[in-house]
Parts: sequence; C-alpha cells; structure tokens
Amino acid sequence: MLSSIEVILGIVALYCSSIVTSYTLDWVLLGQDPSLPAWLFDWLKSLGPIGRNYWLCGAFFLLFTVLNGLFTLVRRIHIAKGSERMAKNMRDMLYRKLNAVPYDYHKHVSTGDLVQRCTSDVDTVRKFVTNQLIEIVRIAVMFVVAAVLMFLIRWEMALISMAVMPILTVSSFLYFRYVQKYFTEVDEAEGALSTAVQENLTGVRVVRAFGQQRAEYDKFTALNRDFCKKNVKLVHLLGFYWGSSDAVGYVQIALSLVFGILFYVNTRGSANPFTLGDIYLFLSLTSRLTWPVRQLGRVLADMGKATVSLDRLNEIMNADDETEPGAARTDCDLNGDIAFSHVTFGYDTKNDVLDDISFTAKSGQTIGILGSTGSGKSSLVQLLQRLYPATGGEITINGTPINDINHALLRKNIAIVLQEPFLYSRSIRENIMLTAPEASEAEMIEAAREAAVHDVIEKFADGYDTVVGERGVTLSGGQQQRVAIARALMQKAPIMIFDDSMSAVDTETDAKIREALRRHHGNGILFIISHRITTLCEADQILVLDHGRLVQNGTHEKLLKEEGLYRRIAEIQDFPTEGGEQA
Amino acid sequence: MSYDNEQEIDREEKMDAKLWKRIFHYALRNRALFVRILISMLIVAIIDALYPILTRFAIDRFVRPDAAPSTDGLWPFFAVYAALVIVQGFFTTRFISRSGEMEMAISYAIRQEAYLKLQTLSFSYYDKTSAGYLMARMVSDVARLSDMIAWSITDFLWCFFYMIFCFGAMFWFNWKLALIVMAVIPPLALVSLYIQRRILRYQRIARKHNSRITSAFNEGIMGAMTTKTLVREEENAKEFDAITTDMRKASVKASVLSATFFPLVISLGAVGTALALIFGGAGVEATIGGKETFLGVITAGTLVSFINYASSLFDPIQQLAGIFADMQSAQASAERVLSLIDTESEVRDTPEAEEKYGTSMDPKRENWEAIEGDILFDHVDFYYKESEPLLSDFNLHIRAGETIALVGETGAGKSTIVNLICRFYEPKKGRILIDGKDYRERSQLWLQSSLGYVLQSPHLFSGTIRDNIRFGRPDADEESVRRAAAMVHADEFIERQPNGYDTEVGEGGVRLSTGQKQLISFARVILANPQIFVLDEATSSIDTETEQLIQSAINEVLKGRTSIVVAHRLSTIRNADRILVIRNGAIVEQGNHETLLKFGGYYHDLYMHQYKEDAMREALK
Repeated sequence: MLSSIEVILGIVALYCSSIVTSYTLDWVLLGQDPSLPAWLFDWLKSLGPIGRNYWLCGAFFLLFTVLNGLFTLVRRIHIAKGSERMAKNMRDMLYRKLNAVPYDYHKHVSTGDLVQRCTSDVDTVRKFVTNQLIEIVRIAVMFVVAAVLMFLIRWEMALISMAVMPILTVSSFLYFRYVQKYFTEVDEAEGALSTAVQENLTGVRVVRAFGQQRAEYDKFTALNRDFCKKNVKLVHLLGFYWGSSDAVGYVQIALSLVFGILFYVNTRGSANPFTLGDIYLFLSLTSRLTWPVRQLGRVLADMGKATVSLDRLNEIMNADDETEPGAARTDCDLNGDIAFSHVTFGYDTKNDVLDDISFTAKSGQTIGILGSTGSGKSSLVQLLQRLYPATGGEITINGTPINDINHALLRKNIAIVLQEPFLYSRSIRENIMLTAPEASEAEMIEAAREAAVHDVIEKFADGYDTVVGERGVTLSGGQQQRVAIARALMQKAPIMIFDDSMSAVDTETDAKIREALRRHHGNGILFIISHRITTLCEADQILVLDHGRLVQNGTHEKLLKEEGLYRRIAEIQDFPTEGGEQA
Repeated sequence: MSYDNEQEIDREEKMDAKLWKRIFHYALRNRALFVRILISMLIVAIIDALYPILTRFAIDRFVRPDAAPSTDGLWPFFAVYAALVIVQGFFTTRFISRSGEMEMAISYAIRQEAYLKLQTLSFSYYDKTSAGYLMARMVSDVARLSDMIAWSITDFLWCFFYMIFCFGAMFWFNWKLALIVMAVIPPLALVSLYIQRRILRYQRIARKHNSRITSAFNEGIMGAMTTKTLVREEENAKEFDAITTDMRKASVKASVLSATFFPLVISLGAVGTALALIFGGAGVEATIGGKETFLGVITAGTLVSFINYASSLFDPIQQLAGIFADMQSAQASAERVLSLIDTESEVRDTPEAEEKYGTSMDPKRENWEAIEGDILFDHVDFYYKESEPLLSDFNLHIRAGETIALVGETGAGKSTIVNLICRFYEPKKGRILIDGKDYRERSQLWLQSSLGYVLQSPHLFSGTIRDNIRFGRPDADEESVRRAAAMVHADEFIERQPNGYDTEVGEGGVRLSTGQKQLISFARVILANPQIFVLDEATSSIDTETEQLIQSAINEVLKGRTSIVVAHRLSTIRNADRILVIRNGAIVEQGNHETLLKFGGYYHDLYMHQYKEDAMREALK
C-alpha cells in the first residue's frame, strides 16, 4: 500500500523535528555530544559555527514539521481518493447488481432494507477504510520507529518509557469490547424514542380523538428519560475510561521524566552520558505514543462493524444474475404470430400458476384477457417478456422460441404497461421519452395525445417539464397510467401489453385510447387485460382464465353464447346477452 | 434511516445572536451542572498548563545544565507530579460525564418541549407538515444541536482557560519571548477559521450528493421491475454512475481541503516553536555564559517549557475555530427546532375554557359537564384555503342519539364536516353547538374525550393487543377489554395469536392484517364508551363476512349514541336514521335508505352503481 510509505516518512519527519530540538539543547546550547549517528554529528561539527546555530535549528525544525505535514497531506489525499473511488465502485456495482438480478428477486426483498444496505453499509465500510484502517498501520509504525530510536539511545530508558503501553493496549481492547453493549442499548433506546414519535405523528388523529395527549406525553417522557439515562450511563463509562487512561499516560510521562533525570545524573561524565536532549526526546516520543494507543480498541470495534456491513453487502452481490436460457439470438424478426403451446408455470414447484396454456395470436390481432384475481393473467403476459421463465411448454414469436431470443431484444419489442405503473422522479417529458430518447418533441406529443394525457399535461404549470413524484407533482392513478401508456407507445414495439392498465381511466377515455392504438398499431399484436366488457368486446380473441387454466377462448359474440365467467360479467355490466337477464 | 432534511443545505447565514442566546439558555438552565463543568475544566486546564512548568522545574532544579546536577527532592517531585495526574484524571472523568449529562439535559428539555407542542398543534399544521419532516426535527436536529452545544461549551472552556494559563505562564517566565512566540497566533486563528468554514461548505455539498444517491437507490430498487420491462438497465446504470462520480469528486474535494488544514496549522504552529528555539536558545546560552541577550535571564528549563507551550498552542486555536464553524452549520437545525416550538396552534382553548376545564395535559375533569351528543351547525362557513370555500352557510342539526350517514364523492365535504364536529378544525364563520353551547366555550379535550373515532386505515401503536384496546381507557380491567373484543368478534383471532392479548402488534401494527387491525380499532372505540361515534369509512378494509358481524355489533353499540358514519359502501349505512348526500359542501338529498331509493336521485344512482361493482367483485373472486 502506497500510503504506508507516506505514513513511515511522515512519522520519521515528525521524530526528526524532536531530534532537532534535542540536538539544539545538547550541542548548540550546552556543547554536549547529542544522540546522533557519529557520521552525521562529525559532519555537523565540521561545519563549524554554521552547524552550531539557532537559526539553522529553527529552520530544520520548521522543515521537518512541514515535511510531516506534507506527508500527512499526501497520505490523506491518497486515502480519500482511494476510499471514495472504492465507495463509488461499490455503489455502482450494487446498483448494477440490483438491475441485473431476475425480476423475481425484487418481489421478495424490502426496498427499505436494500436502500439501507446500499447507503449506510457502504458508508460504514468507507469510513472504516478512510479513518481506521490506516490508523492501525500508523500506530504500529509510530510504535516500532519510536522503540528502535529509544533502544538505540538507551535500552533501559526505552523499557521504562514503554512500561504502560501493554496496559493501555490491553485495557483499550477490553474496554471497547465491554462498552459495545452500552452503545447498542443507547441505539435501541433511541430507536424506541423515534418509533414513539413516528407513531404519535402518524396516529395524531387517533390520539386526539381519544383525548390521549397526556398519556402519549407521559409515554414519550418515559422513553425520553430512558434514552437520556442510558446515554448518561454510557458517557460515564467513556468519561471513566478517558480520565483514567489519561492519568496512566501522564504517569508514564512522569516516569520518563524522573528516570531520565536519574540517568542524566548517574551517567554524567561517563563515555556515553544521558543528555538533556535525550530527556526531551524521550518525553516527546512517550507523549506522542500514549494517545493513539488508547484508540486501538475503538479501531477494533469499528472493524467489527465494517465486517458486518461487508457481509450484508456481499449478500446482495452474491445473488444470481438473470441468465439467457438459450441461444440469445439478436437477429430475429419479432413481427409475426405468437404461439403458446402447452405452457405451464409456477413460482415454486408445488403450485402451478398457469397450467397447459395453448393459443395463437396472429399478426394484427387484439387479444383480450379476462380472469378472476389470481387466475394467472399477469403471469401469462410476464412470461412473454421472459420476466419469469416458463416451467413447461414453449412460447414462440414468429416461429422463434423466446428462450432463444436475447432478452433485451425481446423486451424492447414488447411494450408493457402495468396496472400501477412506475414513473421515475423526473420530468414527464423524460418519462415519456425514456424508451426513445432520440425521438422528436412532435412524436412525444403525438404519443401523449394518443394516450389522452396531452391536455392534462398542458394544464400543469410546467407542462411537460413537470417533475413527477417525491419532490414534484403527484399524478392521479389514471394520469400515471396514461403517462405510462404514452411511454409504451414511444417504444414503437410490435407487441403491446396492457395489464389492467386503464382501470383508473374512465370508460370514454379508455375507448379513445384504444381507438388510437388500433389506428396506429397496424400489424402489431395487442394484449389487453381488463374487466371491462366494453374494452374486451372488440378483441379478435378473448381468453378467459380460471385458476391458471384457459377455460374459454373466442370472440365476444361466441363467448356471450357460452355459459361462463365472460357472460356473467357482461350481464352485470348490462350487456345485452342472449338468454341472459339484466341485473 | 436518514430523516435529514437537505433542502436548506445551501443556505449560509450570518450568526443569529438572538437564536443562540435562546439555545444556550437550554444549556444554562441547570446552573449547578454548568458550574461543575466550569470548575472541572478550570482544574483540567490548569494542570494541563502546569505540566510544562513541572518539566521546567525538573530541568532547572535537578538537571541544572549550568551547575552540578542533583537528585535532591526528585521523589517528592514525582509524588507531586503523580498527584496532579490523578487529580486531573479524576476531573477529566468528571467533565466528560457532566458534559454528557448536559447534552442529555438539553436534548431532553428540547424534545419534551417540542413533543408537548406537537400534542397541542392543530390539524391545519399537520396537513401542511409531513411526518418525515417533523421526525427529522425531533430526532436528528435535536441530537445534533444538543451534542454541539454541550461539547462546544466544554471545549470552549478548556481552550479559554488553557490559553489564559499558557499565556500567563509564558509572560511570567519571560514576557519578551512570550510575545515572540505568540506572534503566530493571529494568523493561526484566521487561517483556521477560514479553512474550517470552507470545509463545512464542501461537506454540505457532499451531503447533498449523498442524498441524491439515496433517492437514486430508492428509485432504482422501487422501479427495478419497470426498468427490466423497459430494458433500461444500462442507461440507468450510466445515469447512476454520473451521480456517484459527482459524489466522489465532492467528497474528495472536502477531504483534500480538510487534509490541507492539518499541515498548514501545525506548520504555522511550528513557526512559534522555531522562534522559541532560535531566540530562547541564544538566550539560554548567554545566561549560562553569564551574559544576557535582549531577553534577559533565561534558563534551560524555561526554554523547554516554551517549546512545549508553543507546540501545544495550535490545538486550542484550532478547536475554537472548529466551534464557531460548527455553530454556523448547526444554525439551520436550531432555527427549525425553535420554529417548531414557537408555532402557534390554530385551534386553541380560550383562557376561560382552560380556567374551567383545564388543559389537554392537565384536565379538570371534575368541572366537566356530561355530554349528551346534540350537535348543531349554525350558519357555518369553512375553507382550508380562502380561495376554495368548502362549506358556506351550512346548517345541520344532529340530535342526541341519532345515527347520521354522510354520502358523496371524494372532496364533497364529508371529511370536512367530520373534522369540524371533532373540532380538529373550527368554523371560519358561524358556530357549532354541542348540547346547545358553542364548543369553543369548552375545552377541546372535553369534547374529544367523549368522541369515538374509527378511521378507514386503522392506526395501532406498538405494544400488545391489550394496550391497543385500552388506548382510550388505560385503566380498563381485563374483563372489559375482553368484552369489547368479543362485541366486535375480534376475540376469536386474538385468542388464536400465540400470546393472546399479550401479543405484540409491532410498529404501527405491522404484524397484523388490515382487517385484524380494524377489528382492534373497533374494540378500542367500544371500550372507550364514547357518547359520539365517528366511523370514517371504517369498514372498507374488512371482508364482507366480518363486516356483517361487526355491523350487527355496531348497530347494537350505536343505540342511544350520536353517530356519524362516512361510507363509500352503502351497504353499511342502510340502518342509519338519516342519510345525507353531500355535494359541493351542501346537503342535496336527505332521508332514510328507502326514501332516498324511491326518490331516484343521486343516492339511487350511486346505490345501483355499487350494486354492480359488488356483483363484479363477487364474480371475480
């Protein structure tokens, strides 16, 4: 790791500035031999008065401090760049992953949980890499370099000056492990407090209508008090730790000072005296070492958190991508008949949602689909887009099995509008042009007109630039459906599917939209799932589904003659049926 | 979850002295605590400033570079040093604990005050303000403020005392050298303040990008299925890539800036140390040689202590700059929290009413008249927005014990009438009389305590099923709870739960189905035994079979009480004494079910339409 070199250089510069001070005290001031390598001292001596000069010392002190600062700067910039790049890559990978997983994946996960993981877990990992990871290296390097330096000068003093390090290290680890559970308690208490506020806010009508303000206030007070109590407990623990480890650190400095003086006094006049500069150097090294060591435990605790976050992210990254089951051909023409042949499908192996479905939709035809809730209507059209793979039988478009068609090609050629369509929170224009970004303004307006939503949009203050959703205008269900229909029209796909997507649109508008569709769709195939007989009756073929089986298939006229769901619904909706009575 | 409101992120404001005075008032409320922190910080700072003096003493007394060294008194010296260390350690523990207590005291007080305010604010406020916004004020803003204030005070005290003692000691030892060393302080302070503020600005920008990422993830995940059907995976990923690139650039910028800060500050600080070395060194040498420079007599110990002071001075300066920068960035939080506390409720009890009936926190129930439930709308005008009047000159008399049903399209004014009856809003003109007296002459709680209110989407609170049923009458005994549950046929499913009535319903009741939640909310209202019942489309979330069961229970309960039923499903209101068809804020048809059907107007059409819809639903089930 590049940053490690910067760490080492920075620390060496830092220690050099202390050595400069020590040199100043010993040689420049007192004329004693300083603790420097012999060659360096000899060279400095050879400089004569220039080498014994306060200005030179001051300049070198400043130089080393600036160097330390610069290495720190470079290190932090490197780490920031590295960790931000890492975070960016993680976010991008997660986002891609969440788009690459099969359709089914999103039916079984909670949005809140995924967003939480993609944001705060990534941030936890990023913070650990930015702030903590290098801290371990830094503490280790500081320790080793300081130890080597001290041992070179006087090993006895080195041992004394590092006497409390093991105590501080071990107690730091033990302490941060111990205090973890109090952190958790505070988090939980805060969670309970937030929940209480949230429930009070969302249930404000209930609270007022029952006149329970006082009880709610008392409940909140109890939780608020509990949260504060736990927090205070935690802060007492923290205070005790920082206070006592402060004391231990200062005792260490006192020991270094007193023993330094003892060595100074006892080695005076000997061949290798312990000098004033040495006392200063030992004091400054000791105080620089003590404080970071106390943090070690915290680094470890944060590492634990980062590991948990990484695991949670890995869970997402390990999900399987959607795969191509067959040849993934991109060269096929999808303008042609669609044939379902003995198609079966189930979300799990036990229950079949669709059972032995066979029919053919010819070019230019409109297929109506009617069925009760859970009869498999939506599954049927989703199979066509291969959002789910059929478990049995075969679906072909223009003779090509859809399993052999590249999924992007397949989906681009099938436009689907869902009952509760999703619009992106951007302008209406962008939403409509999503599938054809290079289309002209006129084409877009044409699509909006066909979807009978142009007039509505024109009435908005910002027209087509109105932003949808969260921070913009909330569109009604019917307006959303029509914008989604316009979006689907822009796709100019030969196959279009309307999955109950005009349910919130009134009957007249519904008819207008269908007429426009018919006019422009030419040879394409249209699937319309609906409960409205007026909508279904014009279809060339109407499929009636019941519990996953295709029970009836035919035109309006034919189905009216048969006993069954279609006729029952037609009767309810006051359609004249032969032999049927009006409701 | 992040409740942070990022809208006001770009605002940069001048410090608002009045605002901070109010905020610090919260901190200083507990004088004793403040004094304790002050004393602890004073002692800690004194001892911090004493260490270099001790070193100076040790060098001049024991090392004595200009004379023969001595160890006389070295151990007593160590003892004094160690004693100071222990005293400091003790007070460090104290000040951290006390500051934490102060932080909690501040957050406790602000939260209590804000929560109390939330309990009294009128619905017009809640209609305009989202729960998410209020959550952010109550949770993150308060946490941020109290953390900032408490620790800023502590830090400030330390910096202040420490600097005073450092300066004092340096002046005491050698005022000329002190002046030389302190020359670096003004540029240090200016640079610190300038860069800290810039760092905060970049951090704000990075936070803004971060919230963009969150919403992009949110949208990406919610729209994943649509993205698939539109084959937009690649484009979306590219757009997302652009956002994360912005985020990366902004964060790196902020990091680079804060990385620049440290070397700059320590380098400036090092100038001070270098000056101490240069002038002090020459001075000591002269002193030892029996001469004097312009600095006068200066010992080796003094020199070492100056080096120590000079190299520790940049720390408090940097911290002080940090405090001011923090305050500036927390100002928006402070404003939002205080503005919540300052909000005036639109529906308020008159002082006379409060005098007699008590407040919603301190009711004087002994003065309350029993409620009968006679409601009279007397020439009432009402609007939410002045330009869109909803009711004008509206008159309606609901007699005690009558069951009234309100029917009409969305926006016709049904909910408005209910809101006015419940006094969630008050008439803009005219008055509403309850039992013959304008309800503004009594307290809100007087009315609302006698009100039973069941909403379309039932709202439960975390806690057990029993807690929820007892919500309106916390002192109810077990038997009453069970009776209320049995009355709405909720007892069957409750007893099937693993812990029966002790089953936790989860946050907002997530562990129960909507139908089950609705049954509990019915039991809740029945236990409360109100004189006035309001059912706001309450049965729509229950299946038809259960609905019939409840309906009979409700009919039982409604006997002898005034009740107002708002319903889309007309089957539920057949038995009402009077059905009012509301259109554009006026009553267009009224009468009982049979009369209105025969009349063949709006009610008839609505009824026929629903009949078909129900038939459809039945056929497609």
